[in-house]
Amino acid sequence: MIRFVLAAIIALLALPVAAQDSMPPAPYAYNQLADPRLEAEASALMHTLRCLKCQSQSIADSDAPMAGDMRHQVRSRILAGESPDEIRRWLIARYGDYVSYEPEVSSTTWPLFVAPLLLLLVVGAVLLRRLGKRRSDAEGGDVA
Amino acid sequence: MIAEIGLAALWLAAALAVLQMVSGAAALRTGPAGEANPLAIYARPAAVVQAFLAVLAFLLLLRAFAITDLSLKLVASNSHSMKPLLYKLTGTWGNHEGSMLLWVGVLAASGGLLAGFEKRLPERTMGATLAVQGFVALGFYAFLLLASNPFERLPVPAAEGTGLNPLLQDIGLAIHPPTLYAGYVGLSVAFSLAMGALLTREVNPAFARVMRPWVLGAWVLLTLGITAGSYWAYYELGWGGWWFWDPVENASLMPWLAATALMHSVSVLAARDALRTWTIMLGVLAFSMSMLGTFLVRSGVLTSVHAFAVDPERGAFILGLLGLYIGGAFTIFALRAGAVAEGKRFAALSREGALVFNNVMLSAILAIVLLGTLYPLLTEAFDVRVSVGPPYFNPASAIFAIPMLLVMAVGPLLRWKSDKPARLQFELALIAALVIGVIALVSFFGRFPLLPLLGLGLAAALAVAALLPLKGRKLARVPVATWGMVLAHFGVAVSLFGMACEGAFSEEKLAAVAVGGTEQINDFAVTLDAVTPVAGPNWTAIEASLAVRQDGGEPVILTPQARNFWSPPQSTSESALLTKWNGQLYVVIGNQAEDGRWQIRIWWKPFVTFIWYGGLLIGLGGILAVAGRVKVDVTRRRAASKGDQRRADLEALGAAAPQPAE
Amino acid sequence: MRSVYLWVPLALFAFFAGLAAYMLTQEKDQFVESTMIGQPLPEFALDPAYAGLPGAAKADFTGKPRLLNIWASWCLPCIAEAPQLEALQKQGVEIVGIAIRDRPEDVANFLAKYGNPYSRIGSDAISEVQLAIGSSGVPETFVIDGKGVIRYQHIGDIRESDVAKLLAELEKAR
Repeated sequence: MIRFVLAAIIALLALPVAAQDSMPPAPYAYNQLADPRLEAEASALMHTLRCLKCQSQSIADSDAPMAGDMRHQVRSRILAGESPDEIRRWLIARYGDYVSYEPEVSSTTWPLFVAPLLLLLVVGAVLLRRLGKRRSDAEGGDVA
Repeated sequence: MIAEIGLAALWLAAALAVLQMVSGAAALRTGPAGEANPLAIYARPAAVVQAFLAVLAFLLLLRAFAITDLSLKLVASNSHSMKPLLYKLTGTWGNHEGSMLLWVGVLAASGGLLAGFEKRLPERTMGATLAVQGFVALGFYAFLLLASNPFERLPVPAAEGTGLNPLLQDIGLAIHPPTLYAGYVGLSVAFSLAMGALLTREVNPAFARVMRPWVLGAWVLLTLGITAGSYWAYYELGWGGWWFWDPVENASLMPWLAATALMHSVSVLAARDALRTWTIMLGVLAFSMSMLGTFLVRSGVLTSVHAFAVDPERGAFILGLLGLYIGGAFTIFALRAGAVAEGKRFAALSREGALVFNNVMLSAILAIVLLGTLYPLLTEAFDVRVSVGPPYFNPASAIFAIPMLLVMAVGPLLRWKSDKPARLQFELALIAALVIGVIALVSFFGRFPLLPLLGLGLAAALAVAALLPLKGRKLARVPVATWGMVLAHFGVAVSLFGMACEGAFSEEKLAAVAVGGTEQINDFAVTLDAVTPVAGPNWTAIEASLAVRQDGGEPVILTPQARNFWSPPQSTSESALLTKWNGQLYVVIGNQAEDGRWQIRIWWKPFVTFIWYGGLLIGLGGILAVAGRVKVDVTRRRAASKGDQRRADLEALGAAAPQPAE
Repeated sequence: MRSVYLWVPLALFAFFAGLAAYMLTQEKDQFVESTMIGQPLPEFALDPAYAGLPGAAKADFTGKPRLLNIWASWCLPCIAEAPQLEALQKQGVEIVGIAIRDRPEDVANFLAKYGNPYSRIGSDAISEVQLAIGSSGVPETFVIDGKGVIRYQHIGDIRESDVAKLLAELEKAR
């Protein structure tokens, strides 16, 4: 019985998963940079870049091979001295705003920035009406 | 045969929903002499029987999954005879049709509970409420029966099922969806009550006292459901994250935000007869957000890791229902809300004022989350693709969350109606000192990101502030409901502390380790002892055996796995957790490199568990609040009936009746 | 509350419902398009993917328009587009291939089985060139003009109906 189970395990482990490559991951896909400060910089950047082949994940959270390759690019460029902003811009130049979770003000994303400001104004207006008016009324005595 | 009974039960339930709707509407038309419409008596029984039938249908589907009835299309495409029984059962709602049936079952059950147990409302309002509830139920019955039949049969029973997504074969599926659905579909009662009160012009404290326990109950379940979901995603997905602002996650957060605001608003209305229009608006908004969430998750218009049905046709049906219910409710609100009389006045600096401020803040956060979630949809209409994620949601919602937390610290200390800041000088100083002090102290030890730093300061201040209402009171005589508030607010502080610590102090180590090698993280030494193949009921895996020694102490063995399921074929990563009082060690095993070393990922996350402990505390606080109110209500009713009895006795004796104190 | 503000929630909802209704009728945009159209190819020089053909470099894209085909032996739709690639090659189009994350023996096996329309094949083991030109998957085909500028991107396998479009784009790139 045991032998059968073991054989089954080995056979199943050998099953290829459809449409996946068999090459090893890129050097920096699963290896951190030696300098903790650079690694922290790279990690922060990777958490804000989108995996292009996944449904909705950052490249830091995905095991897809392409995400690994993107991580390799990020880490090797950080190591070479590029700034996170430069790397982000490099990727956006190739894939558009879609690849970055960090919104930059542009013709396609300006409503995202205007909205909180607009909301602040609306909130302020609502509160002033609700509470400002009340204050003068309440000080004037209670109305039953 | 059994499946057909289930289907028949659903049809009958739908028919009863029609009766409930008609009968409830009839209650609105009183006869010429003011007597009740004869049709009105059917609403309550119809709601109760409908509840039984819908729940029966759900139980029958559950049974079909339990015995793996492969003649049902749903079972054949989502289950497998070799699955463990627990996952067969939980798999009932691990798919579109089954979860929709759960949705409808909870909707009917909440309506039934309302009809069966709520006796405090005037009959007209109850009739209107049940009519609305029946109307909403009808649409979703139609969706279920016409577009998502869970009891559909296969012409030839399948030989074997295709299995359930391995990520869902977990205890989390037993807890997260049921509590979540009970929560945000339970908000339908609040929706119906709000509409009922609006239609019969009964927006007043008595109505609020009726609505309050329903809102609290749904809110508690929703809180627990979201907490469970977050923890499940954390340990299941293998990347150590607990919230990603994913559209489906946001779909559960938005009703929660609205429900939290509603819960506070309804308390104010009950206690002080203020915030009438707000309460109605929020009551409508909360369930509207639930329905919107259902649409987003099932229509496929948004990309998400969680999306479990991508079907534009079904999406169109649900959108139609949304138009009918949300559009209808907002229209009635616009037409009728102006007629709601203004409530009692209060000063800006008062407990009501603080609650208004925080309701507005919560609504603003809701608006931000809604905008951020829907924004990619908007840009796609112009053929542009953008990604909105944590780097947007975190700071944007923090703009409103930070003032909200500060006011939350001070609010429970304020008096109703009007208060002076001078009275609270000590408390305000204490809160300010804590915020600034903690931030300064932590900053002394290193550079940390801004938001987690603020979170730490606010968490400390909030934790103390939550307990301040107890200062100077005899603890044994503090009402249970007040304990609920204290505990819930304290839970928020605990949760915030966990989030901030995880954000500021987490450490990650990625390494290629040979068998026998050791990696160091924080003060843990992690040694890879062995990597062995293992097998489970429907999977095989590579299991790593890692010995973790803290400061050279006794080793603890952790066994993360990389699993391969064969039905359906999928790989998952099973993380191994070592939980200490001050954090968790989170370990994941990856692939083997060509030189034979294994990819190991280790995180040390200080105090991350506090996020979910906090969530549980919030839920517990809510339960205490419900219990406290129920206790007060029962005591009041008993006192009132005693008082009535006494008056009756006195009258019988011919003495004058004493004036009742109010 | 002033009565006009009471209509705001309905108005907002109507806007959302309209947007959602419109989007439901639209086909889901599955692909991430490259934004490098109109930009020159980045500098690159890849080793040969297998022994039978030379590697690929930016310098190879001078003189006339060519197709740059991003593919892999483990990619199933690449099998589907092999006949179309062969048809294009027979019409005189030069196709330079870049094999993503592939071993030489797998490349050789694939070409032996499904035909070899390529004049050169570079080996991109870590998707470096793929990322540099804004390609997000396999298979994809780019039209590169005689000056090494990317002129057109076709995402997914080339169907019979796409052949004419590619030929037209190659003409435009002259």
